[in-house]
Amino acid sequence: MQTAAVNYWWVIGGVLFTLLNTAAGLIWLERRMLALWQDRYGPNRAGPFGLFIVLADTIKLFFKEDWIPPFADKVVFVFAPAIVVASVLMSFAVIPFGPNILVADWNIGLLFFLAMSSIGVYSIVLGGWASNNKYALLGAMRGASQMISYEVFMGLALMGVVLLSGSFNIREIVEAQKSMWNIVPQFLGFVIFLIAGVAETHRLPFDIPEAESELVAGFHAEYSGMKFGMFFIGEYLGVTLVSSMIVALYFGGWMGPAFLPGVVWFILKTFVFISLFILMRASMPRPRYDQLMEYGWKVLFPLSLLNLLVTAAIILIMKEA
Amino acid sequence: MFSLIRSMWLVFLHMFHKRETYQYPEEKAPLSARYRGRIALTRDPDGGERCVGCYLCAAACPVDCITLQATEDPDGRRYPAFFRINFSRCIFCGFCEEACPTYAIQLLPDFEMAEYNRQNLVYEKEDLLINSQGKYPGYNYYKVAGMAIGGKDKGEAKKEEPPVDVKSLLP
Repeated sequence: MQTAAVNYWWVIGGVLFTLLNTAAGLIWLERRMLALWQDRYGPNRAGPFGLFIVLADTIKLFFKEDWIPPFADKVVFVFAPAIVVASVLMSFAVIPFGPNILVADWNIGLLFFLAMSSIGVYSIVLGGWASNNKYALLGAMRGASQMISYEVFMGLALMGVVLLSGSFNIREIVEAQKSMWNIVPQFLGFVIFLIAGVAETHRLPFDIPEAESELVAGFHAEYSGMKFGMFFIGEYLGVTLVSSMIVALYFGGWMGPAFLPGVVWFILKTFVFISLFILMRASMPRPRYDQLMEYGWKVLFPLSLLNLLVTAAIILIMKEA
Repeated sequence: MFSLIRSMWLVFLHMFHKRETYQYPEEKAPLSARYRGRIALTRDPDGGERCVGCYLCAAACPVDCITLQATEDPDGRRYPAFFRINFSRCIFCGFCEEACPTYAIQLLPDFEMAEYNRQNLVYEKEDLLINSQGKYPGYNYYKVAGMAIGGKDKGEAKKEEPPVDVKSLLP
């Protein structure tokens, strides 16, 4: 009993340590990858492969003036960046990184993930509202409507996976993929979840709430110093979260040829999807706001319903036969 | 939808393209011969100064960064007593080079002029003079100009005829 408890804290500590370092390291990774796809080198001076740019960036963020505008709603303004990081980190509790590396083995894991990612919307809305700035408010409004509408069919797309494995527990979903990864029977669901995931983390093709070319910096226009850094880390953590969710739900989680341990497979697969996120940033134009909403409600929402319906029907027919 | 996936694929392929970056301090960017960089005062083939102190460069300079004082040596050759360019003002437009009648002032392909002290950006004549003829080798102003200086009278320059004796034209 005691060893189990000790082990449990080690897992929590390890997951937190890895995640926060990954989020910081993604600054470097993203800049290097973007540079790679734009025929540049990216940061390559400080330290080996320019890795110390992460350190320099962090130190810079810590030493920047942490300014709270006098016209802002101070309490909400300070709390908003914490919400995004906290909610994303909470969602990681239900993700099985390896056969035994799992913080919370809950039978509502998937629902918990959806709930936590919905709470993440609050940071955008409250951050934009508390800034008391028209651009921030516009960004917050866009962010709220975008994330709420994309959440709807994000959940619906996941229901296909739930139907296949018959469980909301992510560990059991991973184990149900032993014979075949969910990407094969649930390809449409995967595509919808990927698109919704990009919108959920407001990454580049769908970075409407930020939209630096039209809204200055959107909801975090008034943020500086480490509070801005929190939004940044929250965004990178969100990318990691959605990537690891995709891996766990559609790409067999920790499963892979036995010559590598499960965790390594999980991390490798996750990094493939993080790279896909960065590739999307490198290559895609930002849609207009109304195009984004139209695309969501008129194309992806019916598609995800159709996906759910067809999956359910096929499962029923298979059971009959 | 297809075009989006296609563009993603094309961007992905850029991974294997050649990098466009010059790793600057180690690897210098190639500058063309006509690059407008550091300003220098060139010399004629005999090693004398080309500048005749005509002030045209100072007049042409849109930011007034050129200061000079003309003077004359015993032979009657004009030259600048001092010549000062304030490179913290210079915009490297090259108007001075265009204005110069003797090809003396020239802009060179060199931009590495950074200084820690602003005062060091003010170049005096000895900083500006270079031991070269620059872009116009073989050109010597006093050898082609019809001006009399010590050792060369009017009409003795290249491609020049002796001055006409106006009195001989009298009827």
